[in-house]
Amino acid sequence: MAELLRQAWAVARKDLVLELRTRTALVSAVVFTALVLTLFNFGRDPTAVPTLDLAPTVLWVTFTFAAMLTLNRAFQLELENQALEGLLVSPLSRTSLYWGKLIANLAFVAVVEAVGLPLFVLFFNVSVSRVLLPLVGVIALATLGFVAVGTLFSALVIRTRFAELLLLVILLPFLLPPLIGAVQVTARLLAGRPLSESVGYLKLLAAYDIVFVSLASFLFRFTVDE
Amino acid sequence: MSLVRRGRWITLVALVLLAGVYVRALAFTPIERLQGPAQKIFYLHVPAAIWTEAAMILVGLAGIFFLFLGDPRLDRFAEASAEVGTVFATIVLTTGPIWGKPIWGTWWTWDARLTSTLFLFFLYLGYLLVRGAVRDPGLRARYAAVLGICGMCLVPFIHLSVYLFRTLHPQPIILKPSGPSLPDSMLVTWLFSLLAFTLLYVGFVTQRYAVSLARDARETAAAEHG
Repeated sequence: MAELLRQAWAVARKDLVLELRTRTALVSAVVFTALVLTLFNFGRDPTAVPTLDLAPTVLWVTFTFAAMLTLNRAFQLELENQALEGLLVSPLSRTSLYWGKLIANLAFVAVVEAVGLPLFVLFFNVSVSRVLLPLVGVIALATLGFVAVGTLFSALVIRTRFAELLLLVILLPFLLPPLIGAVQVTARLLAGRPLSESVGYLKLLAAYDIVFVSLASFLFRFTVDE
Repeated sequence: MSLVRRGRWITLVALVLLAGVYVRALAFTPIERLQGPAQKIFYLHVPAAIWTEAAMILVGLAGIFFLFLGDPRLDRFAEASAEVGTVFATIVLTTGPIWGKPIWGTWWTWDARLTSTLFLFFLYLGYLLVRGAVRDPGLRARYAAVLGICGMCLVPFIHLSVYLFRTLHPQPIILKPSGPSLPDSMLVTWLFSLLAFTLLYVGFVTQRYAVSLARDARETAAAEHG
């Protein structure tokens, strides 16, 4: 287990260092998030639709779209100079390769969300200070689920034609349960309802995370081998 | 008898039975008190819905066994089952609105049950698109198996979010813990229809399997000569 985590961290560190040196993908994703939030503001009639009714949807659609754009990056960059073959012949277990990619993707999406959330608060004038901790918890819970599935699928599509488009098409149906759960809990939190009202959805999110993280860890080996 | 012919015969028997279901449902089954004649669609809608989901589960199970055994027959079955499942999902998504218009007053509503069936349909489309996007048969089978297994695991989550979400859709009337709550004459018609749809599924899958078999034979021949 310790060895697995050490190897996973090596892969994740490699990806993060690579990203921090160039910063193209990360900056693009952050700018994309800010742009989508701005566009949403103009895509509604503020006199007809109260901000609070729309806010959870705006937040989650922005987060999931930004996350999906960044997911492509993980394995696409390994295609250059046959870097993926290099990783596969190295003494690295498939599971730790998956976990490494998952950790890097999670860090990546977390940065996007960390920038997106304050912007969201600023643009939509919703007060989150009272519910910040549970809100961050829900964001983490939902993000883990769909990034786990997304990391697996991004490995699956790289050798296909139209990889970017195909990833969106196969990943979106899998976003439904985390999206429903996250939007419902966020709506209750922003409306000042107690967390105990959202227990059902929180269980759904947790179960989704457990099932799909284990499933993806197991299935990953079948997607990368030639 | 060749596989295609066997499939055609089963389908023919199923279609004759389906005609029998129509006759029995329209002439020999009582009209429901509240919904009137619109309720008759239940005899087509629910069996089709059951097989839409069952087909996805069979795709997933075939995927699991394929990854362990590597038997190409399992992959052909999964491909056939997914295509037939797509057809059945189309039936569910067409009969549903036809019933919804007189009963709910609208063709479509963003109800959880409708949304989840729609997403199942998208899941099938994504699965078939992935199959179409990979040229190498071995890789195609492996990718499809991974996606099929994930799809199978998604079905219970879609169901779970259905029960948490407020829904307009009638609650299950036959497959529920307390047992069926409808008159025997209706139950018999329904079971009759379920039998017809089961045979229809088997007939379609057998024919589709034969098509895949012919394609695989051609691909092998082309590989040997080319």
